[in-house]
Amino acid sequence: MTSIDLRRMLRWGWMAGAAPVFTAAVGMLEAFDDRPLIYPVLSLGYLMLLWFLPIAGYQASNTPVLEGMEAPPKGLHNAAAGAFAGLMGGAVLSVFTVLVNAFDMRDVFVSFSARMVELLTWGRGVPGGLAVTAGVPAVLGLAGGLMHLMSPSGRRRSILAVEWVVVAALLGQVISQVLRQIRLEAAADLMFTRRALEWWAAVVLAAVVWVLAERTKGGMGRMRERLFAADVGRRTRNSIWLAVLVLVFLIILPQLLGSLLSEVLANVGLFLLMGLGLNIVVGLAGMLDLGYVAFFAVGAYTVGVLTSPISPRFTLEWSWWAALPVAIVMTALAGLLVGTPVIRMRGDYLAIVTLGFGEIVRILFLSDWLSHTFGGAQGVQNIPGIPLGFTTVSGVGPEGVLYFALFFVIISAWISWSLQESRIGRAWTALREDETVAEAMGINIVAAKLNAFIVGAVLAGFAGALFAAKVGSVFPSSFELLVSIIILVVVIVGGMGNIPGVAVGAVVLIGVLGGPNVPGLLQEFAQFKLLIYGALLIFMMLRRPEGLVPSKRRSRELHSHELTQDAWLQKGGAFTGGQDGPGGGRQAES
Amino acid sequence: MSRPADGAPVLEFRGVHTHYGPVHILKDVDISIREGQIVCLLGGNASGKTTTLKTVLGMVVPTAGDVLVGGESVNGWRTADIVKLGVSMVPENRRLFKRMTVKENLEIGAYLRSGDMSADYDRVLEMFPRLKERLGQRAGTLSGGEQQMAAVGRALMADPKVLLMDEPSMGLAPVLVAQNFELIQQINEAGTTVFVVEQNANMALSIADYGYVLQTGRVVLADTAANLLANPEMRRAYLGESG
Repeated sequence: MTSIDLRRMLRWGWMAGAAPVFTAAVGMLEAFDDRPLIYPVLSLGYLMLLWFLPIAGYQASNTPVLEGMEAPPKGLHNAAAGAFAGLMGGAVLSVFTVLVNAFDMRDVFVSFSARMVELLTWGRGVPGGLAVTAGVPAVLGLAGGLMHLMSPSGRRRSILAVEWVVVAALLGQVISQVLRQIRLEAAADLMFTRRALEWWAAVVLAAVVWVLAERTKGGMGRMRERLFAADVGRRTRNSIWLAVLVLVFLIILPQLLGSLLSEVLANVGLFLLMGLGLNIVVGLAGMLDLGYVAFFAVGAYTVGVLTSPISPRFTLEWSWWAALPVAIVMTALAGLLVGTPVIRMRGDYLAIVTLGFGEIVRILFLSDWLSHTFGGAQGVQNIPGIPLGFTTVSGVGPEGVLYFALFFVIISAWISWSLQESRIGRAWTALREDETVAEAMGINIVAAKLNAFIVGAVLAGFAGALFAAKVGSVFPSSFELLVSIIILVVVIVGGMGNIPGVAVGAVVLIGVLGGPNVPGLLQEFAQFKLLIYGALLIFMMLRRPEGLVPSKRRSRELHSHELTQDAWLQKGGAFTGGQDGPGGGRQAES
Repeated sequence: MSRPADGAPVLEFRGVHTHYGPVHILKDVDISIREGQIVCLLGGNASGKTTTLKTVLGMVVPTAGDVLVGGESVNGWRTADIVKLGVSMVPENRRLFKRMTVKENLEIGAYLRSGDMSADYDRVLEMFPRLKERLGQRAGTLSGGEQQMAAVGRALMADPKVLLMDEPSMGLAPVLVAQNFELIQQINEAGTTVFVVEQNANMALSIADYGYVLQTGRVVLADTAANLLANPEMRRAYLGESG
């Protein structure tokens, strides 16, 4: 037995137990058991319970390769370490099962039920099933450990195959929907007979991915090469082609997806709009705004009050198009109003004060004092859709809303991008870095900060106006603090200060998991949405603080850092102008 | 040292008082800097040196007296407008925008200027060939000496009439300190007036035309650099001579 890090093994073994215990304790196992993923082998509940074990098994014996050192030899000891970590996890899980079985703690832990014990012992009960409770994790840990023995390409293939099967099973509903939409009902029925991927379909899919995996290898790299080719003309041409391709894809997408999925994507669009706006305030100008939802609310209420035929105060019944410019002006004013008093604040103080402003706005809309204008808790209802001459876009036909959301997203992304590259964008970045020096360089920090606030507010106003037309009614309860926080999480998880990052964040969080009051693709998770958000946020902060899609600046930073190190090494490790001159104390004190 | 000191005053303090809240910082400060001069402001910790520079830039507003830039009172002006008159600062500890590239740092220096800046850009890169290799690099990864170059370069990108330098030798190795003061002379010879705030009195006086000594917010000595160097009181208090 060589090079097993005992502490590492124990650490991952402990985590291999903690993860499933936690999953079971919060009730995911029970809640998701009736959602089959791969018929008849795997339900979502068991996936959530056990997914971490192969990873823990792999990590338990994963000794890092150190530069300049020989890579530690791989062997059966890796598998043994994996199995041990899995077994340790299984043991922890067994102890948990026994405890839950022995003591009735349902008063405190509502999900500690007899049903959970049954599921944890694979229906065999305590103590008969405990061997399985401990055994299955051990086997999975072993499987993780065995991955060390595979060739790198084999490992890559199997990981990809498993990922594809899991994703296909999770998104079974979406896939069968798309298959139906393109008239492949037969295939859909065959593959997804029992709301789950049939086991043979899973095997076929895994095999196909296994075979094709190596062929696609480097595909992304080649594409990147083409997009960032040194030749400017070619690069532009390639980018234009890509943009056209993406656009065409987006245009036919709603037709392909049907209304349910279009609804999901329309919500992604709304949150993406807000994410882009908040990205300017937080990501570029570096001001932590926790009351961002206020601007969304102002946009939505302005459109609601101006267009609704039963608007509480005045029945103007304007068209959405007439109300939109007013909404933009109102949100800009709101940005100015909130921005002016908080401009001199920094960091934590700014966050707390904006949080307060966000709540004030919501409570004002809710208040009796203004209820004759904004309808109090009843809100504004019967808001008409967006008239387009030949048709009206509203929540009834989410495809239309999706097109609108896309349109606004493209405009907003363009605005964000050009601002980012402009003089004011540079001023924002400088401001974020060092406010005092930025001021000394002649940047008018009050104006720059207000600009960021106003542009951010207006983008949220777009989203609000669209939201009002889509939902048809606005209530104060749609604009809770949680919305601000979720948008912030979208920006952070995606990658701060970076437009594609925000888009990825919105798709992953809002599209897949669902946002506040809006469903995502995985509606099963609705109940645990915030838990998963929190877990994801913590994971990202610890492991990948630059976000899913790091910004160009960020990656350049990392890259340039390497360059410096290389240069340093080449020079033989000596910086010029070192700290070793004679008479070192002379410059110190007068 | 040999520069003519008969130019028009470009930066003047006339009886300036400043306060932080109720605390009296600068007390009746009179300073006059003529075009083409190197003037240094000496003083120990908490004597009001940095406050003086902040007052020039309008980041601290005088409670009495006048600050004049190019003969014009700038009391109550916004910093951006004062910078526009041709005042530019190299802050204490350099304080580059660490996560921006060297090139972006230089561009920020010229933030208020419009039109073609390539001449200044070339001039800065000519002055600091080292920066040319570092243009695409994050400023935070530069060595101390390079950071100093970048900070001075950033200030020069504004094509200033008066360059303010806050403790340029702080935190630098002695070799670099000497280089730094040579650099200040070089900039000055190219036609820029320099107002340098320092604790390192010896070095500063060796290149300056005129010097002021600040003690708890009051100018206690004001004379030509040569006289200050010869002044026994000065030697005892600031130049590290005992007896």
